[in-house]
Amino acid sequence: MSARVLIVGATSAIAEAVARRYAAQGAALFLAARRTDRAAVIADDLRVRGAAAVTVGAYDATVRDTADALVAAAWEALGGIDVALIAHGSLPDQPACAASAALTRQELEVNALSVIDLLTPLANRMESARHGTLAVIGSVAGDRGRQSNYVYGAAKGCLAIFMQGLAHRLAPAGVRVLTIKPGFVDTPMTAAFPKGPLWASPQTVARDIQRAIERGAQVLYTPWFWRWIMLVIRLVPTSIFQRTRL
Amino acid sequence: MSFPSWGRYPPATPARVLPVRFRDQAVPRVAGSVLPYGNGRSYGDSCLNNGGTLLATRGLDRFLAFDPSTGLIRCEAGVLLSEILSLTVGYGWFLPVTPGTRLITVGGAIANDVHGKNHHLAGTFGHQVTCLELVRGSGERMRCSATERADLFAATIGGLGLTGLITWAEFRLKRIANPYVQVERTRFDRLDDFFDLALGAEREREYTVAWIDCLATGRHLGRGIYMAGTHAAPTCEGAPGAPGRTLSVPFDPPVSLIAGPTLKIFNELFYRKQFRRVQTGLEHYAPFFYPLDGIDQWNRIYGPKGFLQYQSVVPMALGRDVTRAMLQCIARSGQGSFLSVLKVFGDRPPAGLLSFPRPGVTLALDFPFKGPSTLRLFETLDALVAQAGGAIYPAKDARMSPALFASGYPRLDEFRRHLDPAFSSSFWRRVTGDAS
Repeated sequence: MSARVLIVGATSAIAEAVARRYAAQGAALFLAARRTDRAAVIADDLRVRGAAAVTVGAYDATVRDTADALVAAAWEALGGIDVALIAHGSLPDQPACAASAALTRQELEVNALSVIDLLTPLANRMESARHGTLAVIGSVAGDRGRQSNYVYGAAKGCLAIFMQGLAHRLAPAGVRVLTIKPGFVDTPMTAAFPKGPLWASPQTVARDIQRAIERGAQVLYTPWFWRWIMLVIRLVPTSIFQRTRL
Repeated sequence: MSFPSWGRYPPATPARVLPVRFRDQAVPRVAGSVLPYGNGRSYGDSCLNNGGTLLATRGLDRFLAFDPSTGLIRCEAGVLLSEILSLTVGYGWFLPVTPGTRLITVGGAIANDVHGKNHHLAGTFGHQVTCLELVRGSGERMRCSATERADLFAATIGGLGLTGLITWAEFRLKRIANPYVQVERTRFDRLDDFFDLALGAEREREYTVAWIDCLATGRHLGRGIYMAGTHAAPTCEGAPGAPGRTLSVPFDPPVSLIAGPTLKIFNELFYRKQFRRVQTGLEHYAPFFYPLDGIDQWNRIYGPKGFLQYQSVVPMALGRDVTRAMLQCIARSGQGSFLSVLKVFGDRPPAGLLSFPRPGVTLALDFPFKGPSTLRLFETLDALVAQAGGAIYPAKDARMSPALFASGYPRLDEFRRHLDPAFSSSFWRRVTGDAS
């Protein structure tokens, strides 16, 4: 049977690249996005590329108490979920957050709490079904707090610990839990940035994500070398770290 | 990230590059002009906008619809021809017209009204387009086809991206039985033999083109290999596999690797590798149509100064004499061309106001850029083309004069009425003298 895949934040470049890989394998997809008009454009493309069925649903991560309804709608439309990929998020303006507790809270809500709102019902349904994979796009920024974007890092770090706990809880039920930590990704949104060898394409990241889901990995650094870059960054002693502008 | 043209000459720097990812986006309002930039395979400066804004369109890479029973396809303008082939060949559908690389966008194929080896039967890419959507700098969004805003449609085909941003297009694919091409290669010893071949059995062959040894002189002037191909029949034996992995030129050599001695050897080998006069065989479509796509960034072999292409068309009546004269000029200059290609275009009237293909003989050449001596040779070739009433291909040009552009494109004034005032390019400013 073809895979049943829920993608939240489906209009992001990485999410779209992952969706295309599943579509080419004949999967059925449910795309949740704030911009349903754009998700519909992606849905048409996925149908041409081989998706068995594509459904679009509205979801706004800044609106509270909507996660249960979304999960229920997707579960019903797909007849159960094999893979749920949560890919939405925002990139906070760190100096603005430093000046505003309200903005900081808002960013934490979008990047951490709204994801947890989705994970809770999804985890419960998958645990009952004793089947499924939960995948969340975190970030290497969640591995160590840095002055340049610690609000984003705090949200992603929160998700990483939450996911670690979920993985522990759901392992007996056979449910897989994957935290994805991409490095620099060359999306159309970053097309004008100067690129170095550390940059990866959304297609490369998507391929890594799909492979990690298939082999049941718990943490994915993509591209692979970020595992070692972040190991070094975590190990730098505080006395030295605080003299950097990372 | 840099956004060069494929010939890497002339150098140009855009003030900014704005990606377009969804087709509902409006053309951004910026100071100065904008120009769509697809996959950067135009050779000269038609895809450059020095000091202006580039709209990077590769993010528009979605299909809208594809019907495997009719071959009708609709896709966004940033989709590559290679991505279409990956989707459709398995269903038995091929591009109705394809140039010598599949690494170009659909928007670029329309804006340059590209042609292929089947021009004599099928016309250009623009002839295949049934409709498209154009977004103007004013925010207007419109469908164009032969029946809706037909004048703007004709201006946009071959319109060099200057009539607005193409967001999607629809065209009809061509039925094939399998991915193979039945190829016949015929060695010919002089230019007249090429014309005999090309004007003889041309109508029966879907794809025809000739490679010319442009270093040959005297009675060998214009010798080469004539290639004719037809999509293979449903049952064919000995079908080869698809080509394997892509090679790459991983660094910039400090000097051009295409110099006198290597060129001489290459040309001699290419001509001699075929022992029999006529050689036939079955080939996968990729090496037949896209021999250079197998080498990633092959343009680097010309070194940091880049290279110049020269593609001209002259009317058939003068085709033999002018082509002979051009080949003599090249041979005498000693600036050999690596891949010299000769083809007779069909009689179909051009699809667009600024379309390059027209009835006549087209010669395509490439030269490493050596400064003044290269430009002098080009001026001599220009004089021959101009006298014959011919034209130069904008997609491959980096230096033609405004006078030659005007004489080669008699519908230029008609085209100007459809220009989008927000759009411009380095090419356009150079050949028209218009400000940005």
